[in-house]
Amino acid sequence: MTPEQHLTAYILRLGDNALVLGQRMLELVAAYPELEEELANANFALDYIGQARMFYSYAGELEGAGRSEDDFAYFRPEHEFKNLLLVEQPNGHFGDTIVRQVLFDVYYLGLLEALTRCSDQRLAEIAARAEKEVRYHLRHSAQWLVRLGDGTEESHRKAQRSLDGLWRFTGEMFAADALDEAVLASFGGPNLADIAADWQKDISTIVDEATLSIPQETHMASGGKQGMHTEHFGYLVAEMQSLPRTYPGATW
Amino acid sequence: MYTQGLDKAGKNEVANADPETAEQLEAFQARIDAEEKIEAKDWMPEAYRRTLIRQISQHAHSEIIGMQPEGNWLTRAPSLKRKAILLAKVQDEAGHGLYLYSAAETLGVSRDQMVADLLSGKAKYSSIFNYPTLGWADIGAIGWLVDGAAIMNQIPLCRCSYGPYARAMVRVCKEESFHQRQGFEIMLTLCRGTAEQKAMAQDALKRFWWPSLMMFGPNDSNSTHSAQSMAWKIKRFSNDELRQKFVDITVRQADFLGLRVPDDKLAFNDATGHYEFSEIDWQEFFDVLAGNGPCNSQRMAKRRSAHEDGAWVREAARAYADKRAAQAAA
Repeated sequence: MTPEQHLTAYILRLGDNALVLGQRMLELVAAYPELEEELANANFALDYIGQARMFYSYAGELEGAGRSEDDFAYFRPEHEFKNLLLVEQPNGHFGDTIVRQVLFDVYYLGLLEALTRCSDQRLAEIAARAEKEVRYHLRHSAQWLVRLGDGTEESHRKAQRSLDGLWRFTGEMFAADALDEAVLASFGGPNLADIAADWQKDISTIVDEATLSIPQETHMASGGKQGMHTEHFGYLVAEMQSLPRTYPGATW
Repeated sequence: MYTQGLDKAGKNEVANADPETAEQLEAFQARIDAEEKIEAKDWMPEAYRRTLIRQISQHAHSEIIGMQPEGNWLTRAPSLKRKAILLAKVQDEAGHGLYLYSAAETLGVSRDQMVADLLSGKAKYSSIFNYPTLGWADIGAIGWLVDGAAIMNQIPLCRCSYGPYARAMVRVCKEESFHQRQGFEIMLTLCRGTAEQKAMAQDALKRFWWPSLMMFGPNDSNSTHSAQSMAWKIKRFSNDELRQKFVDITVRQADFLGLRVPDDKLAFNDATGHYEFSEIDWQEFFDVLAGNGPCNSQRMAKRRSAHEDGAWVREAARAYADKRAAQAAA
């Protein structure tokens, strides 16, 4: 693969993370217990969908094969999506979704910050825009995790279980593969070892403030970055793609 | 409209402790007649306050329940652009709910009370949201017809005599107008698309036409509260006037789309300059208002379970806030 092909595949992966997380959040619309959280969820989901569109459009241009953002979202099979397993996990309860957001957004914010300094100007610009959005999301989700952890006994127990349950999906974020290494080498992309160190520090701070404990689980699930997903993912893709797949060639 | 239940008298209304004098009522009416805005701290007749609380809270509830039929297509929107637009629209609706609850709170009712009334079934919301969204074209039809009908009612509400409501409606109307255009644009795209897409659009119009006309509420002859609301300038046009205006505009738009309005008696009357249309199936309207529409149970069950499932989250937030307050005081 040429450096440009590596970059294209890398940007598609960024788009996949944003789209899949946004899609999971859409499932929660009109189901929030408080109106303010309803607005926050919809607002954040809209940001992720917007980011996915920017990443996909740019990947399509780099690829030069005429594929649009919708071709990437609607006409790829499950195994061609390279998102992290963490973002495809089912919503569960409010604590599960908040923990998922915090675990992902601390990583994603670090990644975006690093990408603003990469040598590909367009990617750096997209990352700069997304970084502002994600910084705000993280502040919101982290505050919620602290409220849940340091709230009632029940909320503390639930938040700890959510953290324990999702922890095994965090290792994959920092396991650098050939694509991560190529983008680091050719474009000054993120160094995942640095991002992992910052992530551990920031997550520890939030988890401490929430009076929760870092899980002792050491086994880490992986595969998402290579297109090997959890069972939940096929349903998400099938639902998302149902209309364009049923009526190929139609314009919406 | 979003407040059809207003045509029924309210129950459990608290008797006013201080009797209202004829002088107070006359002075109040004089302010209304002079087109002055009534503000939250101004004196107002108890019945005016109650009518507004019912109307504004029903409007707010309609926005919140109205997120469900559209939310039903968020995960399946057929392009990322449509997905983003629909999400922005549903988010606007949550925002409208928030302004409207706030506007109602200026009248001395709490949001918790209003939400409790919705969940217990005491408070109503618009009948239209008890119809299912069975296809993507329904999202177009809702924007075009439902938001179109809502705008007919809500533009005059920007001049409503109660200041906080009128001001909330100015912002709501700007967003509704965008919603209506995006709905029409979905319909237009479908009608210019494949034969299957056009059939989807026709099917959506067939199912949403009559429920949209019902949004304006009962005929004027059966609308008992309308006269008082008109005198108080909460309402500026009658149900039938607004419905006629809607039909006159929308039938032409359907013609432009090449869609057939599902009414064999629909005909333009050259003498009046208006379209004539069949009588609405009022039995269906009253059935849906009474809770027996296709989706009443489903909509309420979803709202209730969202509220109940979130109880532990609200308790956690309260407990956390109490701990921080105690720490700050120590």
